[in-house]
Amino acid sequence: MDPVRRAWREGVSVVVATSAYGLSFGALAVASGLDVWQAMVLSMLMFSGGSQFAFIGAVAAGGGVAGVASAAMLGLRNALYGMSVRRVVDPRGALLPVAAHVTIDESTAVALAQEEPRARRVGFWVTGVGIWIGWNLATLGGALLGDLLGDPRQWGLDAAAAAAFVGLLWPRLKGRQAIAVAAASAVAAAALLPALPAGLPVVVAALVGVVVGLTNVLGPRHESRMPDPGGPEHRHGAHERPGPVGSAGVEHGQEHDREGGA
Amino acid sequence: MTLWHLILLASIAVLAIKLLGYAVPPALFDAPRPRRTLELLTVSLLAGLVAVQALGQGEALVADARIPAVLVAAGLFAVRAPFIVAVAAAAGTAALLRALGWAA
Repeated sequence: MDPVRRAWREGVSVVVATSAYGLSFGALAVASGLDVWQAMVLSMLMFSGGSQFAFIGAVAAGGGVAGVASAAMLGLRNALYGMSVRRVVDPRGALLPVAAHVTIDESTAVALAQEEPRARRVGFWVTGVGIWIGWNLATLGGALLGDLLGDPRQWGLDAAAAAAFVGLLWPRLKGRQAIAVAAASAVAAAALLPALPAGLPVVVAALVGVVVGLTNVLGPRHESRMPDPGGPEHRHGAHERPGPVGSAGVEHGQEHDREGGA
Repeated sequence: MTLWHLILLASIAVLAIKLLGYAVPPALFDAPRPRRTLELLTVSLLAGLVAVQALGQGEALVADARIPAVLVAAGLFAVRAPFIVAVAAAAGTAALLRALGWAA
């Protein structure tokens, strides 16, 4: 198949799957005490699923300021994506802030999974802009529906939020270091829950990741052999790029691995 | 701070961080250590969020229908089910267990 058409097709399928999940964000946001406009502003302006769910979770528990911290810290990975995406997309002028805004797990994954420069650009823009539109429409639908739903627990929406974080975490559990960090952080957050104000347990437990990251405890030994960061392809860096949302993205990651190994 | 203030503050912070990725010299974060630290920070945050979302109720730990629901989702993620399917299955599991009165 023509690589550009393939990028389109992959982008559109990721857009549909991801946007559908915006419904549960809209409904949960309303259940957390936000009004429809507040949910919409988060989806339009913050536009990063994990950060949005983390924020409304903290707000629901009464810890809004900690929610700002969690959202921002979770958003840090987008900066990492931006550094990779700008090499393959190269947005100029007014397009640069637009590209930055739609640089998220999914658009990065689809772009980097393509092999030709034009297909990479197409994959990035179709996925990024498509999800922005779909995610916002779904948020609006979910928020309006959420008012009618009543107790979100009755529909299992609280479990859906927990499951969504599992889904974001799953593709990142590569290697014992990541698994150990995840286990320790989960235990720490649960243990701190009764002791700290709402929202803070997650922020404090995140120190586990920072400390292990800086010291590289349990880490692979050959990590110092990194490729030239200025290289046009930067494929080895892409191996470490965390998995995107959903199995579609996971497959992209593997494609990329094969490509890099070839 | 009102809820609106928090929403705008958090949104602008996340947006600014995205722009940062296009503004900073790549070399700054492209070394193994900052890359690894950012990745493990994300792992750490997500794992903490899983625990709090699955077990937390206010400032108390509770075991309710969310635990089996999350296990169902994890099983589906393990067999590469699509994201939306696993999340919907978790919601359905919790809703069903509550409707049947088998879990809180």
